[in-house]
Amino acid sequence: MIKEDLKYTKEHEWLRIESDEVIIGITDFAQGELGDIVFLELPSVGTKVSAGDSMGTIEAVKTVAELYAPVTGEITAVNDQLADNAALVNSDCYGDGWMVKIRMDNAGETDQLLSPQEYKQMTEA
Amino acid sequence: MAAANKGTTIFDATTPGAKGVMAPDPGVPEPQDNWRLPDAYRRSVPADLPEVAEPEVVRHYVRLSTRNHHIDKDTYPLGSCTMKYNPKINERTAAMAGFSRLHPETPDDHCQGALRLMWELGRDLAVITGMDEVRLQPSAGAQGEMVGLLIALAYHRSRGEDRRKVIIPDSSHGTNPASVTLAGFDPVAVKSNEKGLVDPSELAAVLDDNVACIMLTNPNTLGLFEQDILKITEMVHAKGGIVYNDGANTNALLGIARAGDMGFDVLHLNLHKTFSTPHGGGGPGAAAVGVTKELIPFLPGSGIEREENNGDMRFSRKSPGSQSIGSVHPFAGNFGVLVRAYTYIRLLGAEGLRQVAEDAVLNANYLMSRIKDVYDIPYGHRCMHEFVASAVRQKKQGVRAGQIAKRLLDFGVHPPTVYFPLIVPEALMIEPTETESMARVDAYAEALLQIAREIESDPDMVNTAPHNAPIRKVDEARAARDLDVG
Repeated sequence: MIKEDLKYTKEHEWLRIESDEVIIGITDFAQGELGDIVFLELPSVGTKVSAGDSMGTIEAVKTVAELYAPVTGEITAVNDQLADNAALVNSDCYGDGWMVKIRMDNAGETDQLLSPQEYKQMTEA
Repeated sequence: MAAANKGTTIFDATTPGAKGVMAPDPGVPEPQDNWRLPDAYRRSVPADLPEVAEPEVVRHYVRLSTRNHHIDKDTYPLGSCTMKYNPKINERTAAMAGFSRLHPETPDDHCQGALRLMWELGRDLAVITGMDEVRLQPSAGAQGEMVGLLIALAYHRSRGEDRRKVIIPDSSHGTNPASVTLAGFDPVAVKSNEKGLVDPSELAAVLDDNVACIMLTNPNTLGLFEQDILKITEMVHAKGGIVYNDGANTNALLGIARAGDMGFDVLHLNLHKTFSTPHGGGGPGAAAVGVTKELIPFLPGSGIEREENNGDMRFSRKSPGSQSIGSVHPFAGNFGVLVRAYTYIRLLGAEGLRQVAEDAVLNANYLMSRIKDVYDIPYGHRCMHEFVASAVRQKKQGVRAGQIAKRLLDFGVHPPTVYFPLIVPEALMIEPTETESMARVDAYAEALLQIAREIESDPDMVNTAPHNAPIRKVDEARAARDLDVG
């Protein structure tokens, strides 16, 4: 399942753009590949992140994946619910399973992200 | 009542007052007050120990052993673990009183046999691998890796260099990057090429004067021999780096090729894999570490020295020198494991060891050829001692590799390693080892083929497996989310 109103990355993250802020989570494809997610290590509010850097880890039953910053900026919010209930990423990856919010240094950066069509092609390749 | 107790631990079998041994009255008076330990050091509440008679103890553990899957029960082709049969003669020799009752601080003159065994085992392993010296102290593969990296660190520091990078192929055992991080180095991945091998041109791109070491497994975790190994070791040496061999896959090379001849500077050998000592819950392990001449001063623990005097041999333990990385295990390491590995080597001899490698490679290739039309084999048409199949076709039909593994339990055989190496999607990593007969390998192939047919006709049945195992499918997600380690 791919949402039409979002942007995507090659690392299987989705971004909802709200002016100079983006909300970030992982895609349905990613949660399906990882399987049951049991723990998340997310950055704290105020952390500066650079596009392409690892900013957290996603731990599933059988594997651990990195969460990469898709844009450069500062973390302005973290989904605290995930600390107690990582399964939200599996059950509602585009909704309650969101992970962090970043205020972008340069809002133009989102132009380089994948469109829903481009991401769909990538996962079907 | 205890006899019928099907509880899971020996504590559940307790019958108050039951005993395994009736100790006679010692005839010694109770200690006087001033002989007693001070109250602060004495238990206020008796230890909570199980109270069980000997027959119930035996039945409890025998019952558990039948619920477990082990190499004495059936095939165990767990890739990269080399779960070969453990010859029972190993247990006889390890149990000999001269070995099993020996105190580790026994003076050298009173344990010449044990010292000689360690000296000879070290020499045998050095000859088998082409290294100059082998030390037997490390107790498991990951510790062997750690030792190898600390030796590399000590070597570079002795030359006044502070190198930070350790290169690891993306097909490596997960313990490699973990050991690198633990040793304080920075892991740098090098991509495998389309053949599943390290590409010298990719290696050149990450190789510089800051490289302390490269860790290679050969044959690698795809069961493929690194064909450019001579070029690779030469390239790393040219930059002053150390080449480390993760010897977990040595079973494929015994008597055929030697790490030392390929240019490796340091390696570890899993005696509990290649040399038939128990593991997988039956351990402990032992990871002998071998090095070339220039790295000998950095080895951990005591080496054994042999002196000859008018035909008399005397063996003695020598203290580690000032450049040694120190001790990584008390005394001589897991000595009982060393006795077993020594027995195995002496049992087979040079020709027998070569046949181990040949039969291991033959079994793996035969099994691969039997299933290759049904399961994808992404890398290569030939393999060494193990191969990696991919269940991508089966995944499209709704069943993932992990469930194929669980269904295999219903056939009474152990599943392969799954989802590893990471570069193969839906990986099934299979290593039959040389100890399985053709009939056993055929039975395993038939089970895999039948499961593929079941996936076409009834994927739900496979997805709810195991059906016949002592424990049904466990909820791994709940186990990880609601940890109960109390």
